[in-house]
Amino acid sequence: MLSYYLRLAFASIRRTPVLSALMVLALGLGIGAFMTTFTVYYLMSGDPIPHKSHMLYAVQLDNWDPNDPPTESAKDVQPQITYQDGQNLVNADTPAIRQAQMYASNVIVVPESDEPPFDESVRATYHNFFRMFDVPFLYGQPWERREDEDHAAVAVIGRELNDRLFDGANSVGKNIRVDDQFLQIVGVIDDWQPTPRFYHVDAGGQFDDTEQIFLPLSWAIDQPLLPSGNTNCWKPPDEDLSLLEAFLQSECVWNQFWAEIETPEQAAAYKDFLDNYVRDQKALGRFERPLNTFISNVPEWLEVNEVVTDDNRVLVRLSFLFLLVCVLNTVGLLLAKFLGKSGEVALRRAMGASQGAVFSQNLVEVGLIGVLGGLSGTGLAWLGLRAVESLYRGYQHLVHLDPVMLTTAIGLATLSAILAGLYPVWRVSRLAPAGLLKTQ
Amino acid sequence: MLKMKNISKVYRTELVETHALRELDLHVDEGEFIAVTGPSGSGKTTFLNIAGLLESPSSGIYELDGEDVSRLNDRQRSRIRNEKVGFIFQSFNLIPDLNLADNVDVPLRYRGWSAVQRRRAVGDMLDLVGLGSRQNYLPSQLSGGQQQRVAIARALAGKPRFLLADEPTGNLDSEMAEIVMKLLESINAEGTTIVMVTHDPDLAHRASRNIHILDGRATDSATPLSPNVTPLPERGVAHA
Ligand SMILES: Nc1ncnc2c1ncn2[C@@H]1O[C@H](COP(=O)(O)OP(=O)(O)OP(=O)(O)O)[C@@H](O)[C@H]1O
Ligand SMILES: [Mg+2]
Repeated sequence: MLSYYLRLAFASIRRTPVLSALMVLALGLGIGAFMTTFTVYYLMSGDPIPHKSHMLYAVQLDNWDPNDPPTESAKDVQPQITYQDGQNLVNADTPAIRQAQMYASNVIVVPESDEPPFDESVRATYHNFFRMFDVPFLYGQPWERREDEDHAAVAVIGRELNDRLFDGANSVGKNIRVDDQFLQIVGVIDDWQPTPRFYHVDAGGQFDDTEQIFLPLSWAIDQPLLPSGNTNCWKPPDEDLSLLEAFLQSECVWNQFWAEIETPEQAAAYKDFLDNYVRDQKALGRFERPLNTFISNVPEWLEVNEVVTDDNRVLVRLSFLFLLVCVLNTVGLLLAKFLGKSGEVALRRAMGASQGAVFSQNLVEVGLIGVLGGLSGTGLAWLGLRAVESLYRGYQHLVHLDPVMLTTAIGLATLSAILAGLYPVWRVSRLAPAGLLKTQ
Repeated sequence: MLKMKNISKVYRTELVETHALRELDLHVDEGEFIAVTGPSGSGKTTFLNIAGLLESPSSGIYELDGEDVSRLNDRQRSRIRNEKVGFIFQSFNLIPDLNLADNVDVPLRYRGWSAVQRRRAVGDMLDLVGLGSRQNYLPSQLSGGQQQRVAIARALAGKPRFLLADEPTGNLDSEMAEIVMKLLESINAEGTTIVMVTHDPDLAHRASRNIHILDGRATDSATPLSPNVTPLPERGVAHA
């Protein structure tokens, strides 16, 4: 019977192409808008490193201007720390399992082939970075502690860059030329894209690609590779020093700092350690504000940095309301369409169709409209995500239209259509079967 | 096979109450060909609808094949309609976007027959009405008389024992009407009981028995009325 009903549904849709197209479009628009905002929201609010997000802590130290308003929460403190604090913490003996200081930069990569040089993003950090964030390796491994200490010219590169420079072959041991220096490749990492890119969410970079070159921060400072992310200062660097030295010793914040901590006790101990560190620094005349240190695990960190803004939530709600309006609109269109079928319904009733049979037949039609609406909605969502991608820098990872999303869209559309259709379908199945003879 | 006792049908709207049938008593035997006549608005269609289980009477007893059908639910009534009753309407009522075969197939779909059974029945019926070679035509490609023949094929496809026709020739010219009437007569000769509403005294004359409905009451005339004499019903008297 289902195949019969499907055939009838197709015939019915063909009979009223404009009305059917309107319904499919109404549903498609509602679904498309909702799926677009929801996908953005879903990916933004996802846990980028689920198995470990409660063990990784971002560090904030309040070294800011004493004349600023008082600090009430982590949101009031700079999300980055100074280079000198980073160095002090990294070199200290702490309760954390691992610590990593890091910053983002850019270099020019000069390929050995005829390919012209190109710009590439860099993360200057410590060997700990990779184990801390469970970065998957395709070839080789991270560099060692000794290489951090030796300011060694080594690099871990991303799969994409490895494909580009070495056609995907194992490039461990080979050199890569950045600017006018050569770095020896010690590892190639596999595709790795935490979304949001939690380890550096500053300056709208929360959805940026992960870097394609990772190298020791000590080497990066020697060059020097200057930070490409946000740099914030509240007082001018010391004029007596050389420009670089002044910058490194300034109160300017431009380093991200992460610690891996296993237990709540360890976290408390680590927090004490930070407090004591700041107290020591206060004794040296720095940190003029009241003592404020914060450690935030990944979910907390995304919250502190408002990675999911209220705007996103409002948008999801608005687009859901829009979907409701579209569904209500479809109810109206379906009523119009089905009342136009009263003749055929009465005829089928006279031929022996029960109310249930009429109900099922029309529900199948409504379901078919729903599936078509879902398909068009998916198409529109795809376009919508493309638009989001082109409007906002760094949203590239949001635009995956994966099978889950496809089935969700179609399921949602079918459900919406069936909800929209229940009343019209019920009405049409209740039409008086005698109507046909009486209207002659 | 059909027995109605004290059947009344009242249509109530907020403003008026219409007594379409008033204590109608009537019976039809297996194999009869009954012509139902009566002025417009006298209740002929209402009677057919109740007979075909498309409507329920307001009061009275209706037995079909010895079974009291006034208390059945929608499912059971639909089943009986599907298995025992065939309908023919004045305005053919074919589904415009289904071809002839699919139109004839409609009642069989609700019968639950296999595809093979259905295909055979559809072919046989279209052959019977002389349109076997046009299975894939759309209704709009046929003349009125041909469409009504398709409607008859559809009514007969499920082999009902009881055919209800509401002015089946009302929209046809006399030539076409004759073809349709002949078809109905031959079907009746094969054993199908037919109740046909008609305004045409000539056609009514050819039936085995006439029932005249006036003001919702039935007057039975066992012998066909003469086509030239306007029937004068006995007002207010009803007998089965
Ligand atoms: N659904 C309804 N609601 C209200 N009144 C109705 C309804 N159906 C029929 N009637 C009324 O009942 C009476 C009988 O109607 P019916 O259709 O049975 O007449 P008829 O004999 O078939 O007439 P015609 O020869 O014009 O087809 C009429 O007065 C009609 O207006
Ligand atoms: Mg009538």
